[in-house]
Amino acid sequence: MAQKLDAAQMQRYWSKTSALMWTIFALWIFFSFVAPLFAVQLNSIRIFGFPMGFYMAAQGSLIAFVVLCVWNAIAQNKVDEEFGVQED
Amino acid sequence: MADSKAAGGGAFLGNLGKIYGGYAGGFIVFTLILAVLEQMGVPNKIIGYCFVILTIGVYAYIGILSRTMDLSEYYVAGRKVPALYNGMATGADWMSAASFISMAGGIYLGGFNALGYVLGWTGGYVLVGILLAPYLRKFGQFTVPDFLGTRYEGNGARLCGVIVLFCASFTYIVAQCFGIGIITSRFLGIPFEIAIFVGLLGILVCSMLGGMRAVTWTQVAQYIILIISYLVPVVWLSTKKYGIPIPELTYGQALEQITQLENKLGVVKHFTDAFTNAKGEFTWTEFNNFWALVLCLMIGTASLPHILMRYFTTPSVREARTSVAWSIFFIFLLYFTAPAYAAFAKLEVYQNVIGQPIASLPAWVQNWSQVGGLLTIKDANSDGILQLSEFIINQDIIVLSMPEIAGLPYVVSGLVAAGGLAAALSTADGLLLAIANALSHDVYYKMIDPKASTARRLIVARMLLVGVAIIAAAVAGTRPSGIIQMVAWAFSLAAAGLFAPLVLGIWWKRTTKIGAITGMMSGFVVCLFYLVMTRYAPADFKAMFGTDLWFGIRNISSAVFGLPVAFVVTYVVSLMTPEPSKEMQDFVDSIRTPKGAVLTA
Repeated sequence: MAQKLDAAQMQRYWSKTSALMWTIFALWIFFSFVAPLFAVQLNSIRIFGFPMGFYMAAQGSLIAFVVLCVWNAIAQNKVDEEFGVQED
Repeated sequence: MADSKAAGGGAFLGNLGKIYGGYAGGFIVFTLILAVLEQMGVPNKIIGYCFVILTIGVYAYIGILSRTMDLSEYYVAGRKVPALYNGMATGADWMSAASFISMAGGIYLGGFNALGYVLGWTGGYVLVGILLAPYLRKFGQFTVPDFLGTRYEGNGARLCGVIVLFCASFTYIVAQCFGIGIITSRFLGIPFEIAIFVGLLGILVCSMLGGMRAVTWTQVAQYIILIISYLVPVVWLSTKKYGIPIPELTYGQALEQITQLENKLGVVKHFTDAFTNAKGEFTWTEFNNFWALVLCLMIGTASLPHILMRYFTTPSVREARTSVAWSIFFIFLLYFTAPAYAAFAKLEVYQNVIGQPIASLPAWVQNWSQVGGLLTIKDANSDGILQLSEFIINQDIIVLSMPEIAGLPYVVSGLVAAGGLAAALSTADGLLLAIANALSHDVYYKMIDPKASTARRLIVARMLLVGVAIIAAAVAGTRPSGIIQMVAWAFSLAAAGLFAPLVLGIWWKRTTKIGAITGMMSGFVVCLFYLVMTRYAPADFKAMFGTDLWFGIRNISSAVFGLPVAFVVTYVVSLMTPEPSKEMQDFVDSIRTPKGAVLTA
């Protein structure tokens, strides 16, 4: 290893990484479980013919998952570069 | 068609865009030629043959070109697969007969409640991306049990990993062989039991000679075919009905029409109503089963070794992360179309099939009712008119029959069959490789004969591959259960057994060897117990617990009980056993950062 992180740096790196993980994890819980929880209520709203409860489970949450994965890749790469631990 | 000279070689990797672009173009031209031939009067049977045989031929060609005698090429495709292409390969690896053939059919029959599959089979990638893929890539060995064996010091954890991997992947692969059997028997016109073994040859030529390298490049080719063939009929229908070729936008109107027709026809269980039972009433049982299924499928996604090992093949940790994002994007393209597929099929049936005189129904009804009980039409009240209750269709044939139901040319049916076959073959290949690699690398090389030469290891790997494939096909021949159910079981088994030790191994340094092994096994056993008892011995289960199902949760979501057990046991036992060594903690630190060497404890 060229320049290994010392214990304190490693801890900061990992707490930043963990914070990102928990943020995305919380949003994942929201779109997987919380939004579908209200499907019955959301279904009373119709937009372009879609009942919203149905729409969220069939399309809305899926779009959110794609965005979360892209966000994770970009944000984590930034954290890596900030601490100089990205691959050469 | 495609020219894939020395697939996996340097010139090949440099020209991926050109090669696969040309290949996709070639496939479209091929389909158009068949469309012209159909108009000129070539019989449907020949068109079906062309699609099935030609596509399998291409996969075999790529498989043979990618043959290799190099360990790293065989196990992890030489770690040279760029993020985008690994995303496509993961998409094909992921989307199986269940996604392609059965899922839209499940939504057609189950309405909102079946959307649990759509959610569950996509959201898991978020977990793969944030919790596992980059770290497993950094660890950089060949298999998932490799990680368990290293992190939990020894062959005990490795063996437990192999057992869970085997049970989950084997259940899964039996379902794929079943799907391959349905398609080959339908479109080649041969008996189901023989069709399975014909399909098996298709699987083996892709994977046997080239291992992961061959499977990777065939899976990319298979993804292209499966996504084209899934989108074509839906885009066609969307344009025909609403004039806009984006089905994901237009099916809202179809949903509205469906609701009106349901009211007219007196359907009590509405297509879009959430958590309703057969009578159309909201029930907590349906509600609980919905989220339980979503949870099990998502966690299962992040535990299935044939998916995780795809991220071992990227050139770097960074690419592994990007690759997860590409994977879910490519998977999303099919999944957000599936409900549109289901809605259009439903509308077609309500508008053009129900209420027609039975004597004047089109030819497709005839064709499909002849296939063993998958479509039944019975004039119960003998009025000669088809009522809704007199039309019974199986979920496994909705996607395959929809082009005919909607009156599209037969070439579209052939196209859909080719797509279904691509989906089933690609997943079967990935699974087969995961099982055979675990047996040859983890059991044979690491546990039985660590001194085995490279040549010998590769020969053993190939023999196991063929052996496992034949057993899987033989089991599938006994028609053990429906496709989607078998696949959901596989997800539950993997989730209960592997998720806790993998995630805690990376994210909680305090996890000890004994903690992980006991947690893993107790979670897995609870899940397996619930699954087997409620499926095969429901009377004994009832005698033991005084209820048919715990909390009314169906056994496709068995991991709901196994998962918490796995986490709690791992946690408690880890705290009761001595902290892992300093070296082990350094090892965990070294896989947490992309840069630098992996420090083996």
